[in-house]
Order: sequence, then C-alpha cells, then structure tokens
Amino acid sequence: MLLLSLLIIPFAGSLIASLLPTNARNTEAWLAGIVALSGFILCLFAYPQVVDGGIIRQEYDWIPSLGLSFILRMDGFAWMFATMVTAIGFLVVLYARYYMSPEDPVPRFFSFFLAFMGAMLGLVISGNIIQLALFWELTSLVSFLLIGYWHHNAAARRGARMALTVTATGGLCLFAGLLVLGHIAGSYDLDVILTMGDKVRGHHLYTTCLILILLGALTKSAQFPFQFWLPHAMAAPTPVSAFLHSATMVKAGVFLLARFWPVLAGTDEWFWIVGGAGLCTLLLGAYAAIFQQDLKGLLAYSTISHLGLITLLLGMNSPLATVAAIFHILNHAAFKASLFMAVGIIDHETGTRDIRRLSGLYKAIPHTATLAIVASAAMAGVPLLNGFISKEMFFAEAIVTGYVRAEPYLEYILPAAVTLAGMFSVTYSLRFILGAFFGPKATDLPREPHEPPRWMRVPVELLVFVCLLVGILPSLTVDPFLHTAALGVLGSEMPQFKLALWHGFNMPLLMSVLALAGGIVIYWLLKNYLNSKQCEGSPGVRRLNGKQIFEGALKRLTSAASRLEGFLGSRRLQPQLTLLVCVPVFVAWLVIRNTDIRPGNMPLTPIDITFTLMWIGGAICALGSAYLAKYHRLASLIAMGGAGLVTCLTFVWFSAPDLALTQLTVEVVTVVLILLGLRWLPKRMGVSDVNIVSLTRRSRDFIIVTIIGVGMSLLSYFVMTRPVPTSSSDSFLTKAYAEGGGTNVVNVILVDFRGFDTFGEITVLGVVALVVYALLRRFRPAAGSIENPSQQDSTTASGSDWPVADVEDKATGYMFVPSIIMRMVFPVIALISVYFVMRGHNSPGGGFVGGLIMSVAIILQYMAGGTTWVEKRLNLHSQAWIGAGLLFAGIAGAGSWWFGYPFLTSHSPHPVLPFIGELPLPSAFVFDLGVFLLVVGATTLILIALAHQSVRSHRVAPATKTKGS
Amino acid sequence: MEIIVALAIGILTAAGVWLLLRPRTFQVIIGLSLISYGVNLFIFSMGRLSVNKVPVVEPGATIDPSLYADPMPQALVLTAIVIGFAMTALFLVVLLAARGLTNTDHVDGKESEA
Repeated sequence: MLLLSLLIIPFAGSLIASLLPTNARNTEAWLAGIVALSGFILCLFAYPQVVDGGIIRQEYDWIPSLGLSFILRMDGFAWMFATMVTAIGFLVVLYARYYMSPEDPVPRFFSFFLAFMGAMLGLVISGNIIQLALFWELTSLVSFLLIGYWHHNAAARRGARMALTVTATGGLCLFAGLLVLGHIAGSYDLDVILTMGDKVRGHHLYTTCLILILLGALTKSAQFPFQFWLPHAMAAPTPVSAFLHSATMVKAGVFLLARFWPVLAGTDEWFWIVGGAGLCTLLLGAYAAIFQQDLKGLLAYSTISHLGLITLLLGMNSPLATVAAIFHILNHAAFKASLFMAVGIIDHETGTRDIRRLSGLYKAIPHTATLAIVASAAMAGVPLLNGFISKEMFFAEAIVTGYVRAEPYLEYILPAAVTLAGMFSVTYSLRFILGAFFGPKATDLPREPHEPPRWMRVPVELLVFVCLLVGILPSLTVDPFLHTAALGVLGSEMPQFKLALWHGFNMPLLMSVLALAGGIVIYWLLKNYLNSKQCEGSPGVRRLNGKQIFEGALKRLTSAASRLEGFLGSRRLQPQLTLLVCVPVFVAWLVIRNTDIRPGNMPLTPIDITFTLMWIGGAICALGSAYLAKYHRLASLIAMGGAGLVTCLTFVWFSAPDLALTQLTVEVVTVVLILLGLRWLPKRMGVSDVNIVSLTRRSRDFIIVTIIGVGMSLLSYFVMTRPVPTSSSDSFLTKAYAEGGGTNVVNVILVDFRGFDTFGEITVLGVVALVVYALLRRFRPAAGSIENPSQQDSTTASGSDWPVADVEDKATGYMFVPSIIMRMVFPVIALISVYFVMRGHNSPGGGFVGGLIMSVAIILQYMAGGTTWVEKRLNLHSQAWIGAGLLFAGIAGAGSWWFGYPFLTSHSPHPVLPFIGELPLPSAFVFDLGVFLLVVGATTLILIALAHQSVRSHRVAPATKTKGS
Repeated sequence: MEIIVALAIGILTAAGVWLLLRPRTFQVIIGLSLISYGVNLFIFSMGRLSVNKVPVVEPGATIDPSLYADPMPQALVLTAIVIGFAMTALFLVVLLAARGLTNTDHVDGKESEA
C-alpha cells in the first residue's frame, strides 16, 4: 500500500489542485506542500525495508491476458530518487508560493507540478519496464505543459515544443528499446531483467536494444548531441527549472542508465557511446556555460555539463564510478536546485538575469548572495562542499579508467579532459559569483533589489546547509544512504568505499588544485571579453547551434512532407473517390486472378415475367436517375424513388416483409427530405459544355463503372447459385420463439439476439439527428437561394397554370382540401404505426417501421397544413422523443441486471389481462418501444429542422475567401 | 430470377458509382442512395432467394430452418436501410451548408478550373 499511496497521492493532489479557484494561492501551496511532504514521509517510512539491499514490491493485475502486471518496486536506488523528488519537490513548492505572481493562474501550475511529481515517482518505482516507458512519456508530456506554462510567451511555447519533440521522440526510441530488452529477457518484469545481464549482453540484438535505450536516456538528460533543448526550456518559471531541469526530469535519463547498468553496462559499446557522449557533453556544456550572459542559461549549460559528468561516470564500466555517479546525482540536485532558486530571487528582485547588467548585488541582498556563493562554490568543486567530494571521486575514476582501458593515449587524454572541464566549471562559477554579487553597485536595474520574503529563502538555506554538511562530514551524513542506493544498483558487485574529505596528497587532489587554479586564470584572461557587448554565444562552437539545426531540420521535414502530400495527394474529391472505388476493384482482381471462378450449380428459381418487367422499369429508373441528376434534379429524385420502390417490391417477392416495410417508409421519408433540400440548390439550366477533358473523364468513369457493375453482377450471381453455408441463422430460427419469445425472427434478432447492435444503431441515428439540427441552426444559404422560388411568387406565376401558393396560410389556400383530409387521416396513421410496433415481435413490423410511419403522419400534416399552422397546434419536442427512446431502450437493457443477467437479456412474461386475455409482453417489447420513440424523434427532428429553413428569414452567408488554386 | 437480381444489383451499383464520381453534390447524394439499394440487395441476396418462406415461425413447433428465408441478412439489411437514411440526411445537410458557405454546389467547394 505504501508504494501505491506514494504514487496516487500526487495525482490525486493534481486533480484537486486543478479544481481550486484561480486566486487560491495559499490553498494551492498548502495542498502541494502537504502532498510533497507526505510523499517524503512515506519514503522515510520505507527506508528500513530497502536498507541492505531490500526490495519492496507490489503487484497488481494490469493486462493478465498478456502477462502484464502493474508492478511497483522500490529498492535503495529508487528510494534515493523518490526521496530526492519529494524532498526537493517540497522545497520548490515552498519557494514557488512566493515566486509565482498573483496574476499567474496558480491552479494550473500546481496541478501540473504535482502531476509531474507523480509521473516522476511512477517512473522511479516502476517494476515493469513497459510501465516505466509509460511514466517516462508522462514526464515528457507534463514537462511540456510546465515549460509552456507562460504560454503567452513565444519563447516558452517554442522551448516547450522543442523539449517535447526531443524528449518524446527519445521516449519512443526508449519504448522500442525496452520492448527489445523485454523480448531478449523473456519478461518485462524489472527484477527478472536485472538478473539477465549476461544473456542480454550476449544476445545478437544487444546493440539495437542498447542504442534505442540510450537514445531515450541521452535525449532526456540533454546529452550531446541532444543537449540543445535544455537551455530553451529555461523559458519555464524558475521553480520548474529548479525542479525539472536540475533535480528531477533531466536526472531521469541518468536514472535509467544507472537502473539498467547491471544489465547493459560492461561492454565496449557501452563505454564508447555512454562515456563518449558524457565526455563531449561535460566539456561542451562547461565551455558554453562560461559564455552565457543569462544567469539561467549559465546554470542550464552547467546542468548539461554536470549531467555529462554523471553519464561519463556511468559509462566507465566500473562499480566505483557508478557509486560516484549516484553520489553526484544527489550533490548536483542539492546545489543546482538552490542555485536556480537563488537566480529566481535575483530575477524577481532586480527584474533582469543578464550578468552584464547585474553587479554588486552583495550589498543589496547579502543573505541570498552568501547562499548563492556557497552553492556555486559547491558547483565549482571547492573543498568542504559536497561537489568537491564527488568531483574527487570522479577524477580518481577518470585516472583509473584511463589505465584500465589500455587504449592508446587514453590514460592521458581522459584525466586531462576532465581536469579541463573542472577548470571550466570553476570559471563559470566564478563568473556567476563575481559578475552578479561583486563589483560596483549596478545603477540601471529595472527594480531596486531587496531581500526576498523570509520563507522564500528557507528552501535555499536548507539545500545549502545540506551541501555544507555533506561536504564537511560525508561519512556521518550521506554515507549510509549512498550505500543503500548504490546497493540497489550494483547488488553483488558493490565495491568497498569510504567517503572522506581528505585522502592524502594524490593525483585527484592535484587535479582539483589544477582545476581551481586554471579556472581562476581562465576567468582572469577572459574577464573583459565576457563582459563586453560582442560576447554573444560561445566562440568556436557558435556554428554548432543545436536550436538552428533542429529548427532547420523540422522545417525541411515539414516542407518535404507537404511537397510529398502535394505530389501524392489531392484535395479534390473526385480523384479521391475514383481511387477509392478503383482500389477495391483492383484488390478483387488480385484475389480472383488465378482462381477458376464460375457459377455454382444450385438450381435456379424459375424466372417470373412480372418480376422481369418490374426490374426493367427499375433499371430504367436507376439509369435515368443517374442521367438526369445534373440538370433535372426533381426528375432524377423521382426516378431514384422508382428504383427504391422496385427494390422494395423485390423484398416482398423474396420473403422479406420487414425489409419491404422499412424500405417503403424510408423511401417516403428520404424523398421528402431531399425535396426539402432542393430549394437551396443553385439553378442549372440544361446546356452541357462538352470538351475534351470532360469527355475523357466521362469515358474513363464509364469504363470504371462498367467494370464495377459487371463485377457486382457476376459476384452476386456466383454467390446466389451456391448452397448456403451453415451460419448462425439456423440457430436464430430455432431459438427465436423458444428463447426470444417472438415468432418474427428478423425482429427477434434486432431487439433481442443482436439487441446491442440495434442499441448502438439507434444511438447513431439520434446523434445524426442532433448533428443535423445543430448544423441547420447556423445555416446560411447561398445568396442566390434566399428569394422565394419563382413558383411561390405571385408576380411571375400569374398567367401560368400553377396555382399561386399562399405561403402564409397554406391551410386556407390551394392546399385546403388535402389539409383537411390529412388532419382526418392523422389518427388513423398513428394508430397503424402503433399497431405495427405492437405486433412487431410476432409479425412483420416493429419499432423502426412503426416509428417511420408515425413520422410520415406528422410530416403529412406539415406538408398539407404548412409549418405555421401545425406548430400553432402541435408542440413536437423531437429531442425529448429521442431522449425517451434511448432511455426506454437503455432501461429495457439494464433491467436484466436487476435479475443478475447480462445487459439486454430479454424476458417474456405472458400476463393474462382482463378483457384482453393473455398478452405476450417480452422485455424486448420495451426495447422496441424505445426504438420507435427514437426513430420518430430523429426523423421528425431532421425533417422539421430542414423544413424550417423555408420559413426562417435568412442572412446571406459571408463571402468566402477563395484561396489561390 | 437470380440472373435478374444480379443484373439489378450491377445496374444499381454502376449507376450509383457513376454519380459518385460526378462533380455536383446533388449527383453524389443520389448516387449514394442508388449504391445503398444495390448493396442492400447484394447483402440480402447472400441469404439466397426464397419465395414464400417468410421467416415468421410457428410457436412451439419444431423448426426446420430450410423452410424459412434466411433471417440474418434481412436483419442486417434492415439496419442498413435505417442507417442509410441517417447518412443521406447528414450528407444532405452538409451539402446545403457547403453550398451556403461556398456559393457553389461543386464537391470541392469551388468550381474546377477545367
């Protein structure tokens, strides 16, 4: 439970934080603080269980069918990270309370912040590598949101996008790598994988797996050549930088390297890739940091460089170096978080972070200045501070590795390179201290600096205190914890080590002294150049601007993609549809090309002459409809209706009364629907301009269409002449009455056997009706269609044979007689529709048919009586019908839960009622009633919404800007 | 009879696809309806043609499935007809809205250059 609560508390806190009002700065901070603190306390409670190589493990079923479990696992190393995340998280919350200004929407900040903490904790305590990849991506996503927190700022947006692109791409590689790793190990369980080191390293997929995982780790930890995103992520609020970009997120990469160190390390590939990337990053980062003018930029490059140091240590393939790496992870988190906070205070107090403008701040803010000076001394590796101890270990390991590897010159190059990096770090630390705090008092600062609020300094004080404590008394303070953490990574390979301030006069000490002295000299040499105007960017590597390369690459990628799209794609519908119909034809040809396909040998049903004549008419209708659709829409629509009617008769002929009924009613409704739409289409008079282009296009289409028509005919003929294979139809037929309680098998299938499909279908119908309604509410007709059509206009229609329509009062105009008839027929049709619903379970009919008949009854009133007349008398709440329909169907389905059966199990009681006698009343009937209500609602909603357009007054649609072709 | 139904399916589909490839929205909507007829008949014909074998069973009697028309394609087609109506309605409204916004009834929202 302990680990689960550790994981859930931050996410729950994030959810609560997002719901608090915008101005609840204190509540938010309290909430976030309590969350972080309780996480920290949970970690403290967990410590006794992880000391001496213990592991806490909790397993929950995730996707048992795939053998995946959700595993939470904490060993000493994960404990160290979890403690670091929660502890620094708490301090950052405290700091952020004072840092964030009242105008900033704090709920968003703390909500993201806590979600990030949760993701980070989830990452470190994942016991399953797929789960690990999931939390990994989550940290990338949330950090994107945090970097882009001030989204009104273009730099923040760009930085966030860059960070996300780089880290999430790396995350995908990592995911692939972890899948390969899981494949090699045969398990995704971290505990199993950690024992498989030899198998993994000996596998032929080792290099693939290694490179993929390293791409993930190196992008996340901003290692060369992916380091460029980190400085741009500095657009985030400073608490975010302090937390994410020094202490936690960028450490996820080195966490991963250390986590899989026992499995992946120990090979030459590991040494050269990890060590090489680490060394490059260490040097480049430190070098670039010297030339930064922005304090945060300096810290960002210094972070890159220190992460390079840790990566290099991990790449050395030596257990002791790994211990040093873990130690430096802790030390760096302590001094870098405090430095970021100090820079945040300076920014807050003075309004600038430019080293050239800042000067002499020591006099204004002596307290903060002292803290920052101590922390940057730790960063430079000055004795008596924590950075010194881990740097000594680093130097020692560099010498040892240089010897052990026995590569030519490596024993000189490696120590020299790390000493040089040490000098650089001294230089930029000096620049930070001397540039900001000493010298003459700056006069042109945007704000007059003062000491920040008391509690804003407390987190910095605590962290600096830790730096000092660890630096002076390492063996008494950090030693046991470091031992626990390193044991979690190294297990049986754990080396003996003793942290101490003084190791005697040896090489590492000499290198430290050299670094300090060299750093001071370099600073002294560069001082004037650095503070001058022409110092922009780092000399020598200016051309190596990762941001420009990255953005250039992205731009080229985008333009290549759009060129490819322009080349391969089309925005025009016709080519798309042509392709769409040709591809299936082609695929069908591929399939049947080598098969001997011929008609089956089932006896044919004798040809009936009436049926033949019927379809001659049907074919004429279909072809006529196609021919007339361009210039004679009404005629085409009528012809289409004719083809529909013949289809309907075919259903009658071949024993499908339900289909015939449905087809007939749908036909009526569809024709009315399209008739209503005709009015809004442009006039088109019958002069066809035939030219060579249209002629070729038409001949091409004619060929396609002929192939399709012939193909469909042959296909259906071949199938129809073969015997029916056994299908579930037989069981539907035999079980319809016995289990479904109805004799009309088609209806029983719809409302009972496949009731869930029907439920989905009526939902779709309801959604479509609402969409239609919504689209029509904002309907703007084209300019040419606003006037009443000439047939309705008395001035143009006089003299013709057409009766003049009186739109205002149809009921007393030329539609007088029909409207009276319709009024009288209305109850009769309604009764028929109810009759069809009620008998539907046993005879042809049912909810669909009944609903459509009912809507026809209503539509007839509209047509004959006119919209105004009907709506004065009948208030039809179509949406309510839709709602009621879904409700009925849902209740009929959910009712079976009450009796312990699955959703939509039907039940058919046969109660005996007075006067009526025995009445079969299956629960499916309630369902069908729901179908009925919904169909009525949906159909009338669609038709009436469309009909209303004719009585509405319209504004013309705004002229659309025609884009260049 | 099979031949006639097969030809009917072919003609309906061909006429429908022809209209689908035309440039005017109204042609496309009519084409979709014709294709619906063709495809519905096609699915229906998968249960084979049977005259006077309505799938309405006698309650209580033992049932010989070969004496009835195949109910499953019928159930499928029934839902297909209703969904086809919904599709036509939605497409019609989109068509009208597009015509209102673009001032043309061309499927691309602008007259072709050709």
